[in-house]
Amino acid sequence: MNEEQTTDYAIKLDIFEGPLDLLLYLIKKNEIDIYNIPVALITEQYLQYLKMIKSLNLDLAGEYLVMAATLIHIKSRMLLPEPEEPEEEEEDPRAELVRQLLEYQAFKEAAANLSQRPILERDVFTRAAFLPEEIEKLPPGEEDLIEVSIFELIEAFHRLVSRIDRKELLEIDLEKMSVTDIINDILERLSNEKNLTFEELLGEGKERWRIIYTFLALLELIKLKMVKAYQTSAFGVIRIFPAVES
Amino acid sequence: MENIKAIIEALILASEVPVVLEKICLVLPEVEKTQIQETLDNLMAEYNERAGGICLQEVAGGFQFRTRPEFGPWIKKLKGTKPASFSHAAMETLAIVAYRQPIVKSEIESIRGVDVGYSLKTLLEKKLVRIIGRKDVPGKPIIYGTTKKFLEVFNLKDLSELPTLRELKELNEPGEMKILEKPDKSAEIIILEEPNETSEELPG
Repeated sequence: MNEEQTTDYAIKLDIFEGPLDLLLYLIKKNEIDIYNIPVALITEQYLQYLKMIKSLNLDLAGEYLVMAATLIHIKSRMLLPEPEEPEEEEEDPRAELVRQLLEYQAFKEAAANLSQRPILERDVFTRAAFLPEEIEKLPPGEEDLIEVSIFELIEAFHRLVSRIDRKELLEIDLEKMSVTDIINDILERLSNEKNLTFEELLGEGKERWRIIYTFLALLELIKLKMVKAYQTSAFGVIRIFPAVES
Repeated sequence: MENIKAIIEALILASEVPVVLEKICLVLPEVEKTQIQETLDNLMAEYNERAGGICLQEVAGGFQFRTRPEFGPWIKKLKGTKPASFSHAAMETLAIVAYRQPIVKSEIESIRGVDVGYSLKTLLEKKLVRIIGRKDVPGKPIIYGTTKKFLEVFNLKDLSELPTLRELKELNEPGEMKILEKPDKSAEIIILEEPNETSEELPG
C-alpha cells in the first residue's frame, strides 16, 4: 500500500457508517457496476482498509469483521465450478449482498433527502418558539427550568425521609394504598394543578410509607414519560409537570 | 359571515401548535367544513402569492404559519441559537423508521448493517420516534414508529408526503439479476394514533 492510498483511506475513517457504507464507497470509487461486483477486488480493498484501521490502533466494530467473512465466503463460492446440470436455478452468490447494498443505499439517500428538508428551528421557524408546552405554564418568577436528574430526585427523597419522626420509623403497618393508587392520585392532582412540587405531592401525610410510595410512583411516571420533573436551578425546588398534551 | 378568512387566519396565528381542520370546524360550527377547507386553500395561495417572509404551511395534519426557509440565516442570527443537528447515523435510522414503520430494532440493524441502539435512543429522546407496541413473536421486540413531532420538525403534511425510495423501486422491476426484495411497505404505512398517555400501562 503506498502512502497516497493510506491517506486516502485515513481521511475517510470517520465518515463510514458501517461495513455497507464502506462497501458502497469502494464500489463508487472503483466505478463498479453494483449488479456485477468483482468480489475478489472489492474483498482485497476491504481487507486492506480493515488492516489500516488496526494499524492505527482504532477499535474495529464487530460488524466489519462479519462483513469481511461474508465477502470471503462469497469469493470462495464464486470460485466453485458451476454444476453441469443445475438441479434448480442457482442464485448468484452475490445476490443477497447486492440486495442489502441497494437497500442501504436507498435509505442513505432517503436520509440525505430528509436532512435537506426545511427543518424546524434550523431553516424554518414558527411564531412561538418550539418549546415543550409546560415551559409556558411556569409559575411567575421561575424561569429557565432544568430537567431534573434521577440523583436530584433521590436527594429530595433523602431530605424528606431524614425529617421523619423517629417514632414513625417503628410503625409497622400493612399497605394502606398501592403505588398504582398513588400514581392515579398524582395524575389527577396534576391535571388540576398544572404543576406541583415533590413536597406538595406528599400532602399532609409524611409517613415513611407514603414518601416511599410517592417516590416510586414518581419514578414510574417519569419512566412512562407521563410526567416531567424540572427545577429552576441546581438544588432548587423540584416541580413535577404533566407531560400529557391535552 | 363575511370575515371567515380573517377569523381562520387569526386562529392559526394564535395557536401554539398546527391547527387541524376539525378544530377550526369546532370553533366555527356555523360554517360548512368544505367552506373552511376552501378558505384555508385560499389563504395558503394568498401567502404564496405575496411571497413575503412567512407562509401558511400544512404540517402534521394541521395548519401553521412558518417563516420561509430562505430567511433561516437571519432568524438564527436574531435568536443566537445553534441549529438542531442530527448525525448521519441518527438520520439513517430515522429514515428507515419513517419508511418502514412499524419496525423492530433488528430490522433496522439488518438494513444499516450496524448496531442502532444509540441512534434509536437519541431519536426517542428527541421525540421523533416512539414506541408503538410489542411484536407478537418470541422475545416480544419493541415496535417503533415516527411521531407527530417528526412531521412537524421535517415540515411534512403526513407520511405519504415522503418521497418514494428511488433505488428500491428500481429494484422491484425485473433487472439483470434475480433479486428477492421484500415488498415496499411504504405504501401501506399504518398511521397509529399517538397515545394520549393517560390511563395506559399503569403498573399493577
